[in-house]
Amino acid sequence: MSEHRQLTETHLDVLKEIGNIGLGNAATALATMVNKRIDMAVPQSKFLSMDELMDIIGGLEEVVSCVSLRLEGDVPGQILFLFNIKSTFNLVDMLMGMEQGTTQELDEMGESVVKEIGNVLTGSFLSAIGTMTGLNLIPTVPMFATDMLGAVLSTSLVAGGYVEENILMIETLLFEDQEQIKGHFFLITEQDSLKTLFSSLGLTL
Amino acid sequence: MELAKGTAEIQVGIADYKVAHSPHRLITLGLGSCVGVALYDSVAKVGGLLHIMLPDSTQFNNVTKPAKFADTGIPLMIDHIKRQGGNPNRLTAKLAGGAQMFSGLDEKFVLNIGQRNAQMVREILKKIGIRILAEELGGNRGRTMIFDTSNGQVTIRTIGSPLKVI
Repeated sequence: MSEHRQLTETHLDVLKEIGNIGLGNAATALATMVNKRIDMAVPQSKFLSMDELMDIIGGLEEVVSCVSLRLEGDVPGQILFLFNIKSTFNLVDMLMGMEQGTTQELDEMGESVVKEIGNVLTGSFLSAIGTMTGLNLIPTVPMFATDMLGAVLSTSLVAGGYVEENILMIETLLFEDQEQIKGHFFLITEQDSLKTLFSSLGLTL
Repeated sequence: MELAKGTAEIQVGIADYKVAHSPHRLITLGLGSCVGVALYDSVAKVGGLLHIMLPDSTQFNNVTKPAKFADTGIPLMIDHIKRQGGNPNRLTAKLAGGAQMFSGLDEKFVLNIGQRNAQMVREILKKIGIRILAEELGGNRGRTMIFDTSNGQVTIRTIGSPLKVI
């Protein structure tokens, strides 16, 4: 994965823009679902070690929920959505039309609500990128876990085969005005995927 | 990977190990499918804690961090413990981690890495001749492991459960 080093600032900017467009679409979808205004921070696109990735999100023992799925098709990779536990409960309340603070733990129903959110976010992200690039992006069935950040994230990355020192990822923060929802999105890519992605936009790597 | 100093808890990162003498405590946070390996010489009161991610380094071409793998990490840590005055023949092991964190249908993706990690660690310890005194492996919860080098006790922290000492 060291070949990632060939990436120039332009390449990284393009990846950021991809994050912008995809996540913009996803944020709109989420806003429609929960009937709240959902904002997003400007995406970052960079190389991170796993330790740095954990630092961005919080402490290793922070409880998070994670929807993780593999990307197939023209651009193999991995997508991760992470919400801290309070945001997770708030999302479930919003989606189920319950008063804020009702959900205190995730039962099977809550879990499927979060998975469904992951599905919708991923679907809208991918459809925006697909439209832009003309590429075929196929998400797999999402997997779900809620536990310590360190445990969830390391397992997810290992399972996806991302065990190198540096991982290239596009990261975006999604948040709701009153901070009731705060989530991180990560798109993790591979060298071949990047080539395909860039060439679809007329860039070489 | 110098000998850890200070009296507080010494943190062991993912794909890393630390060796310490009594009375220091070694801690590694948020083990999921990863496995924490605590090795202890109860006479010299020196021990090491290793946080491996994968079972087998031979599957990879470019191994930059031997502590990431069970097969390379365990011998590396034993060697370090030896240099710090521990006797390899006296070492005993306590293990935690190797969980199946994700629920989902995509079995090809999941390929139970936790189980393979646990299995490999057990095999390697058996081959070297290190007895496993206790283990908290498998299940579907993340674990934090705190290893007290003054007495060899390992405390396991999980979300939503009381502390467990093994």
